[in-house]
Amino acid sequence: MHPLLKVEDLVKQYPAGRSAGSKVKLLALDAVSLSIAQQTTLALVGESGSGKSTLALCFACLEQPTSGSIFFEGVDVAALPESELRSVRPQVQLVFQDPAASLNPRWTTFEILSEPLFLQRSLAKQNRNNTVSQLLDRVALPRNLTSRRPGELSGGQKQRLAIARALALEPKMIILDEALSALDCSVQAQILNLLLDLQSSLGLTYLFITHDFSMAAQIADQIAVMDRGRIVESGTVHKILSSPTHESTRTLLAATPRFPTSPPSQVNP
Amino acid sequence: MTPILEVHSLHVAYFDRQGKLCPALAGVNLDLAPGEILGVLGESGSGKSTLAASLLRLLPSNGIVQKGRVLFEGANLLEASPQYLRKIRGGRVGLILQEPSLALHPALQVGQQVSGVLAAHESFDRRTLREKTLQLLASVFTHEVERISRSYPHQLSGGQRQRVLIAQAIACRPSLVVADEPTASLDPSTQLEILELFRTLTRSLGIALILITHNPALLFGFADRILVLYAGRVAEIGPTANVLASPQHPYTRALLRCLPTPLSGERSEHKVRLHVIAGDPPDLSLHARGCRFEPRCADRMEICKGDEPSSAAVGEQHNVACFKFAS
Repeated sequence: MHPLLKVEDLVKQYPAGRSAGSKVKLLALDAVSLSIAQQTTLALVGESGSGKSTLALCFACLEQPTSGSIFFEGVDVAALPESELRSVRPQVQLVFQDPAASLNPRWTTFEILSEPLFLQRSLAKQNRNNTVSQLLDRVALPRNLTSRRPGELSGGQKQRLAIARALALEPKMIILDEALSALDCSVQAQILNLLLDLQSSLGLTYLFITHDFSMAAQIADQIAVMDRGRIVESGTVHKILSSPTHESTRTLLAATPRFPTSPPSQVNP
Repeated sequence: MTPILEVHSLHVAYFDRQGKLCPALAGVNLDLAPGEILGVLGESGSGKSTLAASLLRLLPSNGIVQKGRVLFEGANLLEASPQYLRKIRGGRVGLILQEPSLALHPALQVGQQVSGVLAAHESFDRRTLREKTLQLLASVFTHEVERISRSYPHQLSGGQRQRVLIAQAIACRPSLVVADEPTASLDPSTQLEILELFRTLTRSLGIALILITHNPALLFGFADRILVLYAGRVAEIGPTANVLASPQHPYTRALLRCLPTPLSGERSEHKVRLHVIAGDPPDLSLHARGCRFEPRCADRMEICKGDEPSSAAVGEQHNVACFKFAS
């Protein structure tokens, strides 16, 4: 089966010099290659500055790579003109870490959910109401929340709303960029279960970006470890946990807070 | 040994915009021995940040302490004069509140900000002030101390900023530091470094530490005791190893079961749903009777609806507020 997403030698440079004519560049992505199979979850693990968010933005066609290819369902979206990207973007949606920053604080839940429907699908008003209700049901938010604003919702409710918004355009893939990191433990568990349920009921593919190895191990089929713009190691969850080879992987594993009930780690630091 | 801090029956509430009183803490008791590390574990709405703020009377204008005593080095801070409080804050008690990016002045070099704390509580001449500042920074940074001293906050990473806050907190050799989620925005390895730094400094300087967090895993191997807060009440308190390995309060047990399964090479299953705690934390503004965890509790009994449980001993220094253990 073809992978849903396949990336080859992706490079992203940003200008970094102070003066206008400076040629100094920041290499955010250094020839990254990876693939994600349909209806699976790839966890992308790395510290801040490793390039994970830059990679996410490229996948979502919100950043133009400097060079390399991004094959989404076999089509190189990195080479597509803007006009054609418009039909690709709805298929890859994003959920961010801080729902307070990614949800418009002045809009109601209803307005937040119907905006993408209006912009992309131009649904008639009646259909929009029904669709919004269905989206709320999908993420287990009560329908009477439609008139509330984000400031009146809890952290978990806000994140469910962000996920509902991501589902509005019926995407094939959702990129979750540290989407659980700011939540309380019990809420993290609820949202993680929701994501697993949605994956099996809607056939979604996830790119799950995190610096938390235990969360990655819980939700992913495959793990890729990033360090300074490169993928330094990748493989199944089992392989990465039982025999990590790269130093960055081992450092990250060692830094994951442990728990007294855990069996002695099989990892050699 | 005389505790450095004793909190007796603390009740704190906030006035909402309609003037209605919403309880935030109810009957909180705790004590802290000199040099001890106490982890306060609580999720959003548990009252943990309110607890941190109330200890030094730093509640916002709509917050009030309704009842209780906070004894620090023998004196009741809730009845202390403004002059005494000013001496204590930053001097005898160091405070690190959430949002490190907001805690530092953006337009002052970090060295000046550390000097500022020293200058507020001691009278050193300029040369001594500068030496002491560099010494303090050297205790939290391993190299490039001079360069960091001359840097502005935006030129430092999150971990470096947190180290500056720690330097400020310990500047006047306090006997207590209260840190509210000091590692929340940091990477795992930086988190580990910062916790290690906290532990080394507090042990070597004999400083007691209250570390507030929502992440139980951080406290393992770090805190001496854990206090679990739920809905503004102390659910459980005891030695860390005991509370984490065999939690007694139904909330603590349910919370720890929510965590992802421990990392291990021999995973037979992944992508398995996690345990969750049914329901949501209570809305404390609504008047209620009985145990606040009862609606979500797997072990609830009839008595739990009518009364609030008081604290009962379940082991060595290990107390739980739950009717399951009432005598």
